Amino acid sequence: MTLWGVLQVITLVLVVVGAALAVWLRDLLAAVIALAASSLLLSLEFYLLQAPDVAIAEAGIGAALTTAIYILAIRKTRRKEEE
Amino acid sequence: MSVVVRTIARIIVPMILAFGAYVIMHGHLTPGGGFQGGAVIASAIALLLVVFGSGRLAGHKNLLSLLEDLGAIAFVALAFLGIGCTFFRNVLAGSGGLFGMPVPPGPNPGFLNTGGTLPLMNWAVGLKVAAGLGSVVLLLGLFGGGDDR
Repeated sequence: MTLWGVLQVITLVLVVVGAALAVWLRDLLAAVIALAASSLLLSLEFYLLQAPDVAIAEAGIGAALTTAIYILAIRKTRRKEEE
Repeated sequence: MSVVVRTIARIIVPMILAFGAYVIMHGHLTPGGGFQGGAVIASAIALLLVVFGSGRLAGHKNLLSLLEDLGAIAFVALAFLGIGCTFFRNVLAGSGGLFGMPVPPGPNPGFLNTGGTLPLMNWAVGLKVAAGLGSVVLLLGLFGGGDDR
Protein backbone atom coordinates (compact mmCIF):
# COMPACT_ATOMS: atom_id res chain seq x y z
CA MET A 1 0.00 0.00 0.00
CA THR A 2 1.38 3.39 -0.88
CA LEU A 3 1.95 6.26 1.54
CA TRP A 4 -1.09 7.95 0.01
CA GLY A 5 -3.34 5.02 0.90
CA VAL A 6 -1.94 4.75 4.45
CA LEU A 7 -2.64 8.46 5.01
CA GLN A 8 -6.21 8.06 3.78
CA VAL A 9 -6.84 5.03 6.04
CA ILE A 10 -5.47 6.90 9.09
CA THR A 11 -7.63 9.93 8.28
CA LEU A 12 -10.80 7.87 7.85
CA VAL A 13 -10.17 5.91 11.08
CA LEU A 14 -9.73 9.22 12.93
CA VAL A 15 -12.97 10.53 11.37
CA VAL A 16 -14.83 7.49 12.72
CA VAL A 17 -13.15 7.88 16.14
CA GLY A 18 -14.22 11.54 16.28
CA ALA A 19 -17.79 10.68 15.34
CA ALA A 20 -17.92 7.91 17.98
CA LEU A 21 -16.55 10.33 20.61
CA ALA A 22 -19.22 12.87 19.65
CA VAL A 23 -21.89 10.26 20.43
CA TRP A 24 -20.20 8.81 23.50
CA LEU A 25 -19.18 11.97 25.42
CA ARG A 26 -21.59 13.25 28.11
CA ASP A 27 -20.18 16.80 28.14
CA LEU A 28 -21.95 18.44 25.19
CA LEU A 29 -19.21 21.03 24.59
CA ALA A 30 -16.60 18.25 24.33
CA ALA A 31 -18.93 16.37 21.97
CA VAL A 32 -19.20 19.45 19.75
CA ILE A 33 -15.41 19.79 19.68
CA ALA A 34 -15.11 16.10 18.71
CA LEU A 35 -17.64 16.66 15.93
CA ALA A 36 -15.63 19.67 14.68
CA ALA A 37 -12.41 17.65 14.68
CA SER A 38 -14.16 14.86 12.77
CA SER A 39 -15.43 17.39 10.24
CA LEU A 40 -11.98 18.95 9.82
CA LEU A 41 -10.43 15.52 9.22
CA LEU A 42 -13.20 14.80 6.70
CA SER A 43 -12.23 17.99 4.84
CA LEU A 44 -8.60 16.74 4.87
CA GLU A 45 -9.85 13.49 3.34
CA PHE A 46 -11.68 15.45 0.62
CA TYR A 47 -8.41 17.25 -0.09
CA LEU A 48 -6.54 13.93 -0.31
CA LEU A 49 -9.18 12.71 -2.78
CA GLN A 50 -8.33 15.81 -4.90
CA ALA A 51 -11.58 17.70 -4.34
CA PRO A 52 -10.25 20.98 -2.87
CA ASP A 53 -13.49 22.81 -3.66
CA VAL A 54 -15.51 20.46 -1.45
CA ALA A 55 -12.73 20.55 1.16
CA ILE A 56 -12.99 24.35 1.52
CA ALA A 57 -16.79 24.15 1.81
CA GLU A 58 -16.56 21.35 4.39
CA ALA A 59 -13.96 23.21 6.45
CA GLY A 60 -15.98 26.45 6.35
CA ILE A 61 -19.45 25.02 6.99
CA GLY A 62 -18.77 21.78 8.87
CA ALA A 63 -15.86 22.71 11.07
CA ALA A 64 -16.49 26.41 11.71
CA LEU A 65 -20.13 27.44 11.30
CA THR A 66 -21.95 24.42 12.76
CA THR A 67 -19.53 24.43 15.70
CA ALA A 68 -20.32 28.09 16.37
CA ILE A 69 -24.06 27.40 16.10
CA TYR A 70 -23.81 24.43 18.52
CA ILE A 71 -21.72 26.47 20.98
CA LEU A 72 -24.29 29.30 20.90
CA ALA A 73 -27.09 26.75 21.46
CA ILE A 74 -25.20 25.16 24.40
CA ARG A 75 -24.73 28.62 25.89
CA LYS A 76 -28.49 29.15 25.84
CA THR A 77 -29.28 25.74 27.37
CA ARG A 78 -27.50 23.16 29.58
CA ARG A 79 -23.97 21.90 29.10
CA LYS A 80 -24.39 18.41 30.57
CA GLU A 81 -26.49 15.75 28.94
CA GLU A 82 -29.31 14.34 31.09
CA GLU A 83 -29.70 10.64 31.80
CA MET B 1 -14.73 35.03 26.96
CA SER B 2 -11.29 35.45 28.53
CA VAL B 3 -8.64 38.01 27.61
CA VAL B 4 -6.55 35.42 25.76
CA VAL B 5 -9.46 34.44 23.50
CA ARG B 6 -10.38 38.08 22.85
CA THR B 7 -6.80 39.07 21.94
CA ILE B 8 -6.34 36.09 19.60
CA ALA B 9 -9.72 36.81 17.99
CA ARG B 10 -8.72 40.44 17.35
CA ILE B 11 -5.60 39.20 15.56
CA ILE B 12 -7.17 36.35 13.60
CA VAL B 13 -10.48 37.87 12.44
CA PRO B 14 -8.85 40.23 9.85
CA MET B 15 -6.84 37.27 8.55
CA ILE B 16 -10.00 35.17 8.12
CA LEU B 17 -11.73 38.07 6.35
CA ALA B 18 -8.75 38.53 4.00
CA PHE B 19 -8.66 34.80 3.22
CA GLY B 20 -12.40 34.79 2.48
CA ALA B 21 -11.98 37.79 0.16
CA TYR B 22 -9.10 35.96 -1.55
CA VAL B 23 -11.19 32.83 -2.10
CA ILE B 24 -14.02 34.91 -3.61
CA MET B 25 -11.67 37.06 -5.71
CA HIS B 26 -9.89 34.07 -7.27
CA GLY B 27 -13.09 32.05 -7.62
CA HIS B 28 -12.76 31.75 -11.40
CA LEU B 29 -9.12 30.61 -11.23
CA THR B 30 -8.62 28.43 -8.14
CA PRO B 31 -10.79 26.09 -6.05
CA GLY B 32 -13.45 27.89 -4.13
CA GLY B 33 -15.73 30.68 -5.18
CA GLY B 34 -18.59 32.77 -3.92
CA PHE B 35 -20.16 30.18 -1.65
CA GLN B 36 -16.94 28.96 -0.07
CA GLY B 37 -15.52 32.45 0.47
CA GLY B 38 -18.83 33.64 1.86
CA ALA B 39 -18.86 30.73 4.30
CA VAL B 40 -15.34 31.63 5.41
CA ILE B 41 -16.38 35.26 6.02
CA ALA B 42 -19.49 34.08 7.87
CA SER B 43 -17.27 31.93 10.10
CA ALA B 44 -15.38 35.13 11.03
CA ILE B 45 -18.73 36.69 12.01
CA ALA B 46 -19.53 33.55 14.05
CA LEU B 47 -16.16 33.81 15.80
CA LEU B 48 -16.90 37.45 16.70
CA LEU B 49 -20.31 36.39 18.06
CA VAL B 50 -18.93 33.56 20.20
CA VAL B 51 -16.08 35.68 21.57
CA PHE B 52 -17.68 39.07 22.15
CA GLY B 53 -21.31 38.01 22.71
CA SER B 54 -24.24 38.73 20.47
CA GLY B 55 -25.19 41.99 22.21
CA ARG B 56 -22.27 43.88 20.65
CA LEU B 57 -23.37 42.96 17.12
CA ALA B 58 -27.13 43.33 17.59
CA GLY B 59 -27.17 46.72 15.86
CA HIS B 60 -25.83 45.25 12.61
CA LYS B 61 -28.84 42.97 12.04
CA ASN B 62 -30.50 45.26 9.50
CA LEU B 63 -27.17 45.93 7.76
CA LEU B 64 -26.67 42.20 7.21
CA SER B 65 -30.22 41.86 5.83
CA LEU B 66 -29.57 44.78 3.47
CA LEU B 67 -26.29 43.26 2.25
CA GLU B 68 -27.98 39.91 1.61
CA ASP B 69 -30.69 41.59 -0.50
CA LEU B 70 -28.00 43.59 -2.32
CA GLY B 71 -26.11 40.39 -3.21
CA ALA B 72 -29.22 38.73 -4.64
CA ILE B 73 -30.18 41.85 -6.62
CA ALA B 74 -26.63 42.23 -7.99
CA PHE B 75 -26.61 38.58 -9.12
CA VAL B 76 -29.90 38.87 -11.00
CA ALA B 77 -28.95 42.28 -12.44
CA LEU B 78 -25.67 40.88 -13.77
CA ALA B 79 -27.60 38.00 -15.32
CA PHE B 80 -29.99 40.48 -16.96
CA LEU B 81 -27.02 42.36 -18.53
CA GLY B 82 -26.91 39.77 -21.31
CA ILE B 83 -30.67 39.65 -21.95
CA GLY B 84 -30.04 41.01 -25.47
CA CYS B 85 -28.78 37.56 -26.44
CA THR B 86 -29.62 35.14 -23.64
CA PHE B 87 -30.11 35.31 -19.89
CA PHE B 88 -26.72 34.96 -18.10
CA ARG B 89 -24.78 35.79 -21.31
CA ASN B 90 -21.24 36.84 -20.39
CA VAL B 91 -21.16 40.30 -21.98
CA LEU B 92 -17.90 41.42 -20.32
CA ALA B 93 -15.71 38.47 -21.40
CA GLY B 94 -13.13 39.47 -23.96
CA SER B 95 -14.32 43.08 -24.12
CA GLY B 96 -11.00 44.44 -22.84
CA GLY B 97 -12.50 46.31 -19.90
CA LEU B 98 -13.15 45.16 -16.35
CA PHE B 99 -12.34 41.41 -16.10
CA GLY B 100 -12.38 41.43 -19.91
CA MET B 101 -8.89 40.32 -20.85
CA PRO B 102 -8.94 37.67 -23.60
CA VAL B 103 -7.61 34.36 -22.28
CA PRO B 104 -4.49 33.14 -24.15
CA PRO B 105 -4.81 29.57 -25.43
CA GLY B 106 -2.91 26.73 -23.84
CA PRO B 107 -1.78 26.15 -20.25
CA ASN B 108 -1.20 29.36 -18.30
CA PRO B 109 -0.83 30.31 -14.63
CA GLY B 110 -4.28 31.95 -14.63
CA PHE B 111 -4.91 35.63 -15.14
CA LEU B 112 -7.03 37.52 -12.63
CA ASN B 113 -8.41 40.04 -15.11
CA THR B 114 -10.39 37.45 -17.08
CA GLY B 115 -13.78 35.81 -16.76
CA GLY B 116 -16.16 38.64 -17.64
CA THR B 117 -19.16 38.71 -15.32
CA LEU B 118 -18.12 35.53 -13.47
CA PRO B 119 -15.93 37.27 -10.83
CA LEU B 120 -18.61 39.90 -10.30
CA MET B 121 -21.21 37.15 -9.82
CA ASN B 122 -18.81 35.44 -7.41
CA TRP B 123 -18.71 38.65 -5.40
CA ALA B 124 -22.53 38.86 -5.44
CA VAL B 125 -22.89 35.24 -4.27
CA GLY B 126 -20.16 35.74 -1.65
CA LEU B 127 -21.90 38.84 -0.29
CA LYS B 128 -25.22 37.02 -0.12
CA VAL B 129 -23.83 33.88 1.53
CA ALA B 130 -21.70 35.81 4.05
CA ALA B 131 -24.54 38.14 5.04
CA GLY B 132 -27.13 35.36 5.03
CA LEU B 133 -25.19 32.86 7.15
CA GLY B 134 -23.93 35.71 9.35
CA SER B 135 -27.46 36.92 10.05
CA VAL B 136 -28.59 33.33 10.74
CA VAL B 137 -25.87 32.94 13.38
CA LEU B 138 -26.54 36.42 14.77
CA LEU B 139 -30.29 35.75 15.11
CA LEU B 140 -29.55 32.43 16.84
CA GLY B 141 -27.25 34.30 19.24
CA LEU B 142 -29.87 36.95 19.95
CA PHE B 143 -32.66 34.40 20.41
CA GLY B 144 -33.96 33.89 23.92
CA GLY B 145 -32.25 36.75 25.71
CA GLY B 146 -29.03 36.69 27.71
CA ASP B 147 -25.92 34.54 27.47
CA ASP B 148 -26.04 33.07 30.95
CA ARG B 149 -22.73 31.18 30.80
